[in-house]
Amino acid sequence: MASLRDIQNRINSTTKTKQITKAMEMVSASKMSKAEMNARAFVPYSEKIKEVVAQIASSSVDAEHPMLKTRDIKKTGYLVITSDRGLAGAYNSSVLRKLHQTVTERHQSENEYTVIAIGRMGYEFCRKRNMPVAKSILGLADQPSFADIKELASETVQMFTDEEIDELVIIYNHYISAISQEVTTNKLLPITDFGTEGTAPGSQYEYEPNQEQILEVLLPQYAESLIYGALLDGKASEHAARMTAMRSATDNAEELIDDLTLSFNRARQAAITQEITEIIGGVAALE
Amino acid sequence: MKTLTVSVVTPDGPVLEDKYEMVSCKAENGELGILPGHIPLVAPLTISAVRLKRGNDVDRLAINGGFLEVRPDKITILAQSAEKPAEIDVERARKAKERAESRLQTKQDHIDFHRAELALKRAMNRLDVSN
Repeated sequence: MASLRDIQNRINSTTKTKQITKAMEMVSASKMSKAEMNARAFVPYSEKIKEVVAQIASSSVDAEHPMLKTRDIKKTGYLVITSDRGLAGAYNSSVLRKLHQTVTERHQSENEYTVIAIGRMGYEFCRKRNMPVAKSILGLADQPSFADIKELASETVQMFTDEEIDELVIIYNHYISAISQEVTTNKLLPITDFGTEGTAPGSQYEYEPNQEQILEVLLPQYAESLIYGALLDGKASEHAARMTAMRSATDNAEELIDDLTLSFNRARQAAITQEITEIIGGVAALE
Repeated sequence: MKTLTVSVVTPDGPVLEDKYEMVSCKAENGELGILPGHIPLVAPLTISAVRLKRGNDVDRLAINGGFLEVRPDKITILAQSAEKPAEIDVERARKAKERAESRLQTKQDHIDFHRAELALKRAMNRLDVSN
């Protein structure tokens, strides 16, 4: 049986750990609500741009754009959104597992795909496994603004227009609620799915100068906005995942402290009983 | 006077939503002035100032990229960034302008040149709107 002091030390250290995880949980909770607000602020923009793109793309059969056309797939780009730091439960590992699975299923050699990594965890994962990383962005803020990601997004879209990659798949954690996130794989480019259900047929637009040139401007912006949307979604999930992980760590610490306190009290009681027995034994020997 | 609702939306959230009498902005192939009752229109915008007129007041916004969607009673401007004069960091814009200018003078490869040019335009637009 461990000595009283050993148990006391363990109780103390677990209490300290608990304080830290508790604090981290609260920090993540506040970051999460902010990230959720950011994601919500982005919705009007994404919906509007989607509506206009769908409107143009559905109204004109003759308007063609490379970003709308499906090519033969020689090389696939994977945009992977992970966090920079760990201690976020299964947040990173589930995304990276998905990436690894998809890559091993679909590709034979490393020439057939490339990874665009957002977040240190994804970047290092690929580095360790010798997976090709075309671009990466590390150390992104907790509440990223569009300007932070703009460059990477437009370069990625550029890779597609330059036919460096023939499709772009994005893998990230979709935020469902504070306790549940889901790994989502989305084919971003070529743009095929507009979700045309919401478009009113009545509003026909004039185009200035013409549809093709508008698509030229609009589609890259649309794709960039999708990437940014996924990032905001991912950030909200990251904070949510971290919050949940830290909460369960706190709960576990509490449980451990309870157990340790119990055995501490038992050991203390045993020591007292032993002492009494010894005294009584001594007294009996004297008589 | 008839008015139309103008809403300016960026990826970082809505910037402005209000009623105005006239909107004038710079599209890729020239200035556009829009009054209430305009036919539905979509046009890409350049890095420029958008002027929103109501009575004798004119509000200005520094717009970076994006496009304009017009409906008879509503205008939506979707831009990558949009700033009111009060929100513009003049010092930062001035520094960005200097940086871009020095980069343009050194003349490296083609892509850098293009990017510096855009940065310069953005900075000049911001400075222009702020004063």
